[in-house]
Amino acid sequence: MIALLMRDLRLATRAGGGFGLGLAFFLIVCTLVPFGVGPQAEMLSRIAPGILWIGALLACLLSLDRLFALDFEDGSLDLLATAPLPLEGGVAVKAAAHWIATGLPLVVAAPLFGMLLHLPSQAVPYLLISLLIGTPALSMLGAFGAAITVGLRRGGLLLSLLVLPLYVPTLLFGAEAVRRGAAGMDAITPLVFQAAITLLTLALIPFAAAAALRINLR
Amino acid sequence: MSLLAVHDLAVARGGMRTVEGVSFALDAGQALILRGPNGIGKTTLLRTVAGLQPAVSGRIEAAPDAIAYAAHADGLKTALTVTENLRFWAQVFGRTEITPAIEAMNLRDLTQRPAGTLSAGQKRRLGLARLLVTGRPVWVLDEPTVSLDADSVALFATVVRAHLGQGGAALMATHIDLGLPEAEVLDLTPLRASTASKDVKPAGFNEAFA
Repeated sequence: MIALLMRDLRLATRAGGGFGLGLAFFLIVCTLVPFGVGPQAEMLSRIAPGILWIGALLACLLSLDRLFALDFEDGSLDLLATAPLPLEGGVAVKAAAHWIATGLPLVVAAPLFGMLLHLPSQAVPYLLISLLIGTPALSMLGAFGAAITVGLRRGGLLLSLLVLPLYVPTLLFGAEAVRRGAAGMDAITPLVFQAAITLLTLALIPFAAAAALRINLR
Repeated sequence: MSLLAVHDLAVARGGMRTVEGVSFALDAGQALILRGPNGIGKTTLLRTVAGLQPAVSGRIEAAPDAIAYAAHADGLKTALTVTENLRFWAQVFGRTEITPAIEAMNLRDLTQRPAGTLSAGQKRRLGLARLLVTGRPVWVLDEPTVSLDADSVALFATVVRAHLGQGGAALMATHIDLGLPEAEVLDLTPLRASTASKDVKPAGFNEAFA
């Protein structure tokens, strides 16, 4: 499993691996929004939590269709399915690699991009924590969608449609936690709900995604 | 006890039965070559034996973790070098030694090249070297000699013979003469599923969820 994680991370950072794609997309969203809605600081700081979370979510979605599709095309998915590594473990590791390559950079960059949107400074810790708790769920749910659409040409569209509704709870609780943090209110409740969603996906998705992969490989 | 035994196997592709009534057994040191026209179900049969899809009927008996499968696609990552590709598969199969595989498939001069810059035949040699690092006894190979030149085919035959000599077994689908006179040949043409049995078992919606 370590070998698979290291391989996926190495592939992500090599040429053509798409590392930084999500980050660049996130940056573009956060720089364009002030141009789009105008530079009023009070307006920006009001919408900043939502914009930051939506940007992170879409950036995560951007690289998901490659999660299994590349392995499917070059035949390594067949070989992984016949390897001693359980496919459930393979799914979990690939989702983890996706999170490290896409989700983690977003978490780290979010406070910086928050400044572009006039995010109040007392909300920054909440932004960090909610992204840290929430983005693993985004990678996991995305892995499920990617597993379902793996055999399809241009499965990205169907993947987005399948995954977006599943992303809604994470987005709701994440943005709510940051909004409450910005307003100086108690943000424990949304964070706990978000953590519950993440733990649920971590526990269930590997099995669901592996079952979907097995059907698609037939 | 043979390494791999198949009893009265029927397989289906896209809900259509392709071959049925396939029976054979492979003991240590034996090789079996599957022949038959395009579309008869050689690949489907091999995928079923490898455990990637369920059999329609019949039984497959194999020791757990005995089969190493090699498909049309080599499963190589173009951005990784030859060594990195091989080392990854060795680690997945819980092994560390890759030098013998590199030597056996004559990849020594290519070890630091990214797999994306290899020629088709060189990629194929790397794909076959993967079999050696799995350490598994039963090789299930789908057209292993595609895009190999004559020298490489001979090299491959040597590797297979050495594998058989170490108590392994090989099941191969191929159209060309491998230079393995000791290998048995199973012609699938007489085993093509009759049209009647296709109608008996139509592709149901539930097939995907069986």
